[in-house]
Amino acid sequence: MCTVCGCGEGEVRVEGVDKARGQKHDHGHGHGHGHGHGHHHHDHQHVHDDGHQHHHHGDDGTLDYGAGEAGAAVPGMSRGRMIQLEHDILAKNNSYAAENRNFFANHGILALNLVSSPGSGKTALLVKTIELLGDRLKSYVVEGDQQTSADAERIRATGAPAIQINTGKGCHLDGHMVGHAVEHLAPEDGSVVFIENVGNLVCPAAFDLGEAHKVAILSVTEGEDKPLKYPDMFAASDLVLVNKTDLLPYLDFDIEAAIANARKINPAIKVLQVSAKSGEGMDAWIAWLAAARAMALAGHPLGTAAE
Amino acid sequence: MHEMSICESILGVLKDQARAQKFDKVKRVCVEIGPLSGVEIEALRFGFDVVMRGSLAEEAILDIIETPAKAWCFSCGKDIVLTERYDPCPDCGSHQLQVTGGEELRIKELEVN
Repeated sequence: MCTVCGCGEGEVRVEGVDKARGQKHDHGHGHGHGHGHGHHHHDHQHVHDDGHQHHHHGDDGTLDYGAGEAGAAVPGMSRGRMIQLEHDILAKNNSYAAENRNFFANHGILALNLVSSPGSGKTALLVKTIELLGDRLKSYVVEGDQQTSADAERIRATGAPAIQINTGKGCHLDGHMVGHAVEHLAPEDGSVVFIENVGNLVCPAAFDLGEAHKVAILSVTEGEDKPLKYPDMFAASDLVLVNKTDLLPYLDFDIEAAIANARKINPAIKVLQVSAKSGEGMDAWIAWLAAARAMALAGHPLGTAAE
Repeated sequence: MHEMSICESILGVLKDQARAQKFDKVKRVCVEIGPLSGVEIEALRFGFDVVMRGSLAEEAILDIIETPAKAWCFSCGKDIVLTERYDPCPDCGSHQLQVTGGEELRIKELEVN
């Protein structure tokens, strides 16, 4: 993997981007995207004031066990220098996510991170959603998959601009990949950007992309205990769409138990039951989108113009 | 298996720190991991050895401090300790809990030379 941004080296491909550059992800590219590639650290180094006398408190916050008068530590013990860091491991991803969030806020864009297992019907749901939104709300899609641009092609068939990110061996999208993709999509002010994450209920929970909400999609063919099996994702999501409800008559899926399980993990989570196929429940989802979009527009000039 | 990218992030921090604080070898990395951070400790140890190979932290020891998962119960107002996100309050059985600790994913300190 690339150690600059954590992307898979030679693996991550943003569709239509860097194709002529060969495999290697190029951080020296000249197109002007607004991501600070600078080192945005959250490491507030501090000296710990515990009265220890045997180490030197350096000006830079380092604790130096070998920097005394003799420049040596205890004989026979090759003690290294101790550095107190308290550095959030995901700080770099979080700084990219913050840049993305800032961009979305400045442009009155609603960004949603759609997460689910593979096969929950995310793409079909998106296709239906984009059709229902029609001209009311301009939609853009960032598609994340390990391989193929099949999903982006399905979205583009609806007329909505879409860009595919192939993560290669990666199991999730990160803030840096999404920043690049959004830059190439160039969504207009007041639009909605759907980020369809890699089908995986584990890893994407840990990586903020700068979205307003994570939306988890749980299909009724998956079993009602899924929120308990993958608690981190349901804890991180604000809304669950229980999808494929048209199949309920053929299954033993206990929808009340599924909702109760999701609320055990996240008491504040909202749940909507939808079927992208029959269209059942889609009006409630569209209403939720309209409300979330109104929130995204709050404070943006388009928000007052729309009144 | 996002533990690999977590290890890549750790290596990124080590390299940045090596430049800033002028060291070229890391002997020990001490991290604080909460049970609700989404990180599997065995996978992290495996990923650490793989990712650090050939780097300034090739021989480094990974010390893991496991922090407890804590929550505040809306129903009875107590601070409680969890093992899993879906645990109920041990006192009143409620699931109306606000997680207050256990999501740590932090490099606490380094031993370098």
